[in-house]
Amino acid sequence: MGSVYRARDLHFPNVVKLVAVKEMINLAPDPIIRQTIVQNFEREANLLATLNHLAIPRIYDYFTHNEHSYLVLEFVHGKDLETVITDANGFLPEDQIISWAIQLCDVLAYLHGHKPDPIIFRDMKPSNVMINHNGDVILVDFGIAKTFQTGQKGTMIGTEGYSPPEQYRGEATPLADIYSLGAALHHALTRRDPRLEPPFSFAERPIRRINQNISSELEAVINTALQYNPSDRFPSAMAMKDALMNVARKTGALSKIASSIPVPTGGIKPLWAFKCEDEIRGTPTLHQGMIFIGCYDNNLYSLNAADGQFQWKYATEGGIVSRPLVYDNNVFFGSEDKRLHVISTRSGKVVWTYYTEGKIYSSPRIADGHIFFGSEDQDLHAVNVNTGRAIWKFSADSPIYSSPLVMNEMVYFGAESGSFYALDFRGTLKWRFQAKRAITSSAVIKGQSVYVGSLDSTLYSLDAKNGWPIWKYRLGKGSVSSPAIADDFIFIGAADGFIYCVDVRTAKEVWRFKTENQISSSPTIYKDSIYCGSVDGSLYCLEYRSGRLRWKFESKAAITGSPIVFDDIVYVGSTDHHVYALFA
Amino acid sequence: MADFWKKLFGKKQEPEKPKQVDMATTAPLSDQQISSIMGMQNLRSETKQLVASVGQSVGKQRDHNEDSILALTSTIAGSADSIPFGLYIVADGMGGHQFGEVASNAAVRIIGGNITKKFHSYLYNLPTQSLQESLQEVMETSINEAHQYVQREAPGSGTTVTAALVLGQQVTIAHVGDSRAYSIFLDGRIEPITRDHSLVKRLEELGHLSKDEAENFPHRNVLIRALGQGELLEADIFTVPFPHGGYLMICSDGLWNVVSEKDIFRSITESPTLHRACQSLVDAANTAGGPDNISVVLAQLIG
Repeated sequence: MGSVYRARDLHFPNVVKLVAVKEMINLAPDPIIRQTIVQNFEREANLLATLNHLAIPRIYDYFTHNEHSYLVLEFVHGKDLETVITDANGFLPEDQIISWAIQLCDVLAYLHGHKPDPIIFRDMKPSNVMINHNGDVILVDFGIAKTFQTGQKGTMIGTEGYSPPEQYRGEATPLADIYSLGAALHHALTRRDPRLEPPFSFAERPIRRINQNISSELEAVINTALQYNPSDRFPSAMAMKDALMNVARKTGALSKIASSIPVPTGGIKPLWAFKCEDEIRGTPTLHQGMIFIGCYDNNLYSLNAADGQFQWKYATEGGIVSRPLVYDNNVFFGSEDKRLHVISTRSGKVVWTYYTEGKIYSSPRIADGHIFFGSEDQDLHAVNVNTGRAIWKFSADSPIYSSPLVMNEMVYFGAESGSFYALDFRGTLKWRFQAKRAITSSAVIKGQSVYVGSLDSTLYSLDAKNGWPIWKYRLGKGSVSSPAIADDFIFIGAADGFIYCVDVRTAKEVWRFKTENQISSSPTIYKDSIYCGSVDGSLYCLEYRSGRLRWKFESKAAITGSPIVFDDIVYVGSTDHHVYALFA
Repeated sequence: MADFWKKLFGKKQEPEKPKQVDMATTAPLSDQQISSIMGMQNLRSETKQLVASVGQSVGKQRDHNEDSILALTSTIAGSADSIPFGLYIVADGMGGHQFGEVASNAAVRIIGGNITKKFHSYLYNLPTQSLQESLQEVMETSINEAHQYVQREAPGSGTTVTAALVLGQQVTIAHVGDSRAYSIFLDGRIEPITRDHSLVKRLEELGHLSKDEAENFPHRNVLIRALGQGELLEADIFTVPFPHGGYLMICSDGLWNVVSEKDIFRSITESPTLHRACQSLVDAANTAGGPDNISVVLAQLIG
């Protein structure tokens, strides 16, 4: 509804005197409304003219020209608090916020003590608080002019998220400003914007759960300011200031910088570790107490899951990243030697092999007597699971590194061109979706949508029946990680090093967790934890609802494969040549 | 389907004798596995047909209508076969002065216009390229454009909006305010899909009001979010399955606040056609006093 300009006052031609010019364009078609808007503007001007406080900008002039009204105000060098919060790299220090909070209590006390009538600011929020070049606060925007009418579908006043409950009933008292100040401070301390949260839900986001650096004393002050009943809050801005001063004295916050967040670290010992002769880049499979895993020393290994004892190995002529699949006492997996190998789980002897014309990175899936997998030869192969004979091939437009998702007699898979295909069991194309870059990630399905990541930095939700994009979620970088789903959350890793948690219905981010290097591993859910490897060499265990780190295990090289969890034990391979078993 | 399951799991049942329990691979399914199995159900593709009807009345106690409504039903060319397309919007202007209907009308026209523009080539031409934005992005940009328009052209006013885009068998909803979308099932379940952005709902959710107190709360009409109000519009945008075998209903508070869920269900199921059902719902609200404008859209997937 308006802009603020930085302007130079030409009454003083010999010096540069900057002023802020606040413009409001009045486009209301109704003359009565237009007049009200002008009156409100002038009301703000007259109000400001009567005020004299260091934390309130001085007013020099105001005027109206056609549809444009202008206020000429003291120019404040600095940034508004919302920008400060957004731009900050992490949480702002507690002592800094206490000092601003004390200044804000001062200026509120001044406004509330105004004669003849107290002035209720009514719009206390970070974007209305400027931090000037000295680090002091200036309260800007006295422009609230809407009046609250009862009995009609509610007009709103103040800014949703910062306004106290009673303001919605049309009551504006000094105690409403106290609440809004509490809300603004809560935002500054937690970096959670209350406009994006349900109203009056601060109690559901305790400050110290989000930011452990904050003292319990400061949290208690904010909680008092945010009380639902006005009578439970501080009786005045001065009383809140006194409480803040007490916190500052007790914690010594005004003289010291808060310590950094304690990070739970290693010290995790594996139950067992098994060493291969080259990198392990893929994911293990567990079947009847045995672990099967492929390795870049060209072997598929069979290990005892209980103690990591070697059972047998089977040599192919290429590296193995494809995740083995057990079906009917046989292990199925692809290799860089272009073959799908089928070997007996007991003896490790070959049953049959199937040749493609390209390397196989895709992990096979079995349904309805068919085995499905992609190959670098650009074909999606459907092979009879007993005989090893090709049933059909579907030619994609580029190599297929992703693993097919087979569900409801449909086969879904991505290709390196960015195409994503949905075939029926006869190999007939039902629909195709085009991403901007490769889809190496393997899809998952929930309800009526399939979810898949792409190197175009997007996590897609596609209608499983017709391929329409339901939503897109922007990742910081591309992803080859395959998503996992639990409750209404979807999890995926990306090359920017983050593990993301997104709401499957709304595509809103729930949390993100930063690791030290890119993530190629796919997350796994077990009980209330998520497990995911990172190229930084660690396996991370996070609480999946909050993204809080539970523990991490540091291997000696990148973890690109995905962990699996059974019976409270996590199995994961690392490019440091080891397979590890860890307590979940 | 049943055959498919038999092949997948049928074999497992036979060797499951007690002596094999100590092989210890019969760990309970994880939540993830369970949800993926749940997700597998009811996905067979069949050609469905979408039908819809609307009902509207100024009510018995107001002299002008501040509700606006849009209902558009068609099909869209898919790569294999045509899929149902439906766009249904209800907006309830607020304010009590002449700007209520300006806001609700603008919201419906801008959101509806924007979405049909995006789908123009699918509805009226042979599409050459796929949609660049996701359905939720289309909804979001449309509702935000309407928000900016109302702020610019009718400052001070606002409106609720509940918009549903049906494509295939899923419904993408954009919602702000206290109009509602419901899933209505043939077994009598009436489930609200949207959450009211009203003070009374918020206080109820927080446990500050009991259900009875909420019914008699003096400020039932106060919204905490509305299109046109506040700098930043945070609409609820999400996608849900179309109620299987049932109805999708969108209505203003002139209906849901006045007619009980039981009566809504009866009006719908006792009417021979969707059109008569809408009329019967409007009549029910008017019979109950008609204190506010009434708007309702009913949609059904047949086949």
